[in-house]
Amino acid sequence: MATAEIEPTPAPAASPPPWTATLHEWLVTVDHKKIGVLYVLMAVVFLFLGGAAAIAMRLQLWAPGLTLVPPITFNQFFTLHGTTMVFFVGMPILIGIANYAVPLQIGARDMAFPRMNAFGFWTTFFGALLVYFSFLVPGGPPAIGWFAYAPLTENSFARGPGVDCWALGLIVSGIGTTTGGINFIATILCMRCPGMTLRKVPFFVWVMFWTSIQIVVVMPPLTAALTMLEFDRQLGAHFFDTQAGGSAYLWQHLFWFFGHPEVYILVLPAFGMISEVVPVFSRKVLFGYEFMAAATAAIVFISLGVWAHHMFSVGMSRTLDLFFVAATMLVSVPTGIKLFNWLATVYGGKLVLKSPMLFALGFLSMFVIGGLTGVILACAPIDFQVTDTYFVVAHFHWVLIGGTLFGVFSAIHYWYPKVTGRMLSERLAKWQFWLFLIGFIVTFAPMHFAGILGMPRRIYTYGSDRPWEIWNQIATIGALIQAPSYLIFGYNLVVSLWKGDVAGDDPWDAWTLEWATTSPPPPYNFAVVPVVKSRRPLWDAKHPDDPDWKYE
Amino acid sequence: MTDAAAPHEKVMPESEAAPPDPTLGIEARPELHKVGMICFLVSEASFFSTLIMAYVIFLRHGSETGPTPAQVFTLPLVLVNTAALILSSFTVHFAEKALHAGKTAAFRLLWLATIVLGTGFLVGTMYEWNELIHTHGLTIGVNMFGSTYYTLVGFHAFHVTIGVISLAAVLLVSLRGELRGAHPMPVTLVGWYWHFVDVVWVFVFLVVYVVGR
Ligand code: HEM
Ligand SMILES: [Cu+2]
Repeated sequence: MATAEIEPTPAPAASPPPWTATLHEWLVTVDHKKIGVLYVLMAVVFLFLGGAAAIAMRLQLWAPGLTLVPPITFNQFFTLHGTTMVFFVGMPILIGIANYAVPLQIGARDMAFPRMNAFGFWTTFFGALLVYFSFLVPGGPPAIGWFAYAPLTENSFARGPGVDCWALGLIVSGIGTTTGGINFIATILCMRCPGMTLRKVPFFVWVMFWTSIQIVVVMPPLTAALTMLEFDRQLGAHFFDTQAGGSAYLWQHLFWFFGHPEVYILVLPAFGMISEVVPVFSRKVLFGYEFMAAATAAIVFISLGVWAHHMFSVGMSRTLDLFFVAATMLVSVPTGIKLFNWLATVYGGKLVLKSPMLFALGFLSMFVIGGLTGVILACAPIDFQVTDTYFVVAHFHWVLIGGTLFGVFSAIHYWYPKVTGRMLSERLAKWQFWLFLIGFIVTFAPMHFAGILGMPRRIYTYGSDRPWEIWNQIATIGALIQAPSYLIFGYNLVVSLWKGDVAGDDPWDAWTLEWATTSPPPPYNFAVVPVVKSRRPLWDAKHPDDPDWKYE
Repeated sequence: MTDAAAPHEKVMPESEAAPPDPTLGIEARPELHKVGMICFLVSEASFFSTLIMAYVIFLRHGSETGPTPAQVFTLPLVLVNTAALILSSFTVHFAEKALHAGKTAAFRLLWLATIVLGTGFLVGTMYEWNELIHTHGLTIGVNMFGSTYYTLVGFHAFHVTIGVISLAAVLLVSLRGELRGAHPMPVTLVGWYWHFVDVVWVFVFLVVYVVGR
């Protein structure tokens, strides 16, 4: 490797810094790369916590009438599971990866506001701790579901301080997320290297820009709603207190005004990751960059106006129902555009079936199914029938795992060599991929059937006279197939730090700027600020005879 | 990987050049702070829109028990308060103008006037709340009107408080002679924030005291 020579080799006598120094360095860091890694580590830890709750619930549902997990605990588990996966796994892992990749991809030295970046991580982290602190309070964790419908959250129904831990934790971490969004927008608008116009940014960067806009617009209403809830509980206000003139309906509107865009906050960055991986491993440029870019913006705007598709069964009005059905159907148009563009990118390419591409192909095949069940749910008459059943559970796990998580795994396998300088083990990655894919399908496919057969979500057990047992058993088996895949993943992350092949700067022969610097990159990222002329600056550098900028 | 230079190699030859400038790209971009501030204000606007929406929604429901808006609001006090806040938007604007023109003394005077007006607004709110609570018995828990009113107006007053503190901090920096140039960023940004708080008040005033009465 060329760089090895110019970097001074450390004196052999120098002992490694004491672990306290390393710890201190990580705790006070304002470097976007370290903060990115901290976000991802936090998310992985919470992934295992949330996953443990899921396994416990699946075991409890193995057969009718089991008493493995008591009813109250079951309710607390699904509340923590949902909250954890959305707020402390999904968002941190996406924001963390973006934190690492975005400044590198745009040739910047750091995020726009490095200290605020650290602030964002630590508030997110302490918010999560605050939610989990509820284990130590009287009454234990909240048992309200991740969307915390009123008036179940009011003092009269949830007496212990668990709900307060939950609400305050989400307020705190929400503020952290908002600062993250602000930071990305400022970074992407102001810190791009010379020559990189907004039309030339790597697609992941473009997607993070729009995701951040969504974060900035929809996190504050959640904060406001949670504040109202806390005013109800602590100061005696009545916003959602139906017995004193408050409105449970208002909570639903406020929550889902945040909640639906939130699901796009969780999936758009994955779209961006896929859009980086698929071209590189198909050895083609991203098909229809402009259409993809416009579709991203369209998704962001449309998804601000579809929230009440979560509320059809509340009994809004015919007009409102129709409006939200139409708007929801509309959002699947840009989503479909994206899908076809990815397929067109793959089509005719020289596929390189390394682990990042495997996960990307997993995304392409699985996400579309989740999208389709979404469109089914968007038909209000069908939704009346299957809302609050396992069909909904199947839908959103299909998009969140089949979409977000496959995208995240693809991105981690893609960028791990950059972050650590080592390759992940392909062998372990393949094991992980197949266990994960099969386990995932076996877990969640049967839930569609259980749902259509009327099994409500969030029940802690069911009678043996119901036709649901077989579907639950298949699902539980699926969960047990999935579980080792996460363990393999964790093991691979750790072991490859020492055992992985040395990656070199550009192991995938890729085209965006992060591959132009060393692996891992130096604290300052680029010794000389890069200058770019096209969307694939490294292609230009590698092919001076046939550069992209001649055609773009 | 057939169609490219061999992997595992440095691909951007320029980046081997030495010494990196560690501050590059961060301090050199003043517009960064403006973009950051605009995003922050957008998120704030989103926050207040939610509170205002909630206020409007419960207006229709009426209050079954306890005082109603029509019974409790004393317009003269509110009008003075509103005037003070709107005036303060002008003082902050002209303070900036003065600074651009290099008139430091005028800047400090007008900036101080803004602080005084903002503080006056908070004192006015204090009087108003005192009267609402002790004369009319309107508390946050008494009815929906109380819940929504104190939340909305309280959050606004909280923002005014933050604004006054930031204004004071800038004044302090200026008095110590550490405010450099004709367009110092803190002045611009705190100015924006202050205008924003005023605009929010215009909406609150219209919704709470004009339409809602
Ligand atoms: C083609 C696009 C999509 C459509 C048309 C769609 C439609 C819907 C509808 C109508 C519901 C409400 C079901 C009910 O509660 O009765 C729903 C629930 C849900 N969707 Fe989607 N969806 C789409 C994509 C996504 C994506 C991409 C995600 C996340 C990555 C997602 C996550 C969720 C979640 C988490 C819920 C359930 C929330 C809950 O009740 O706990 N959806 N979807
Ligand atoms: Cu939705």
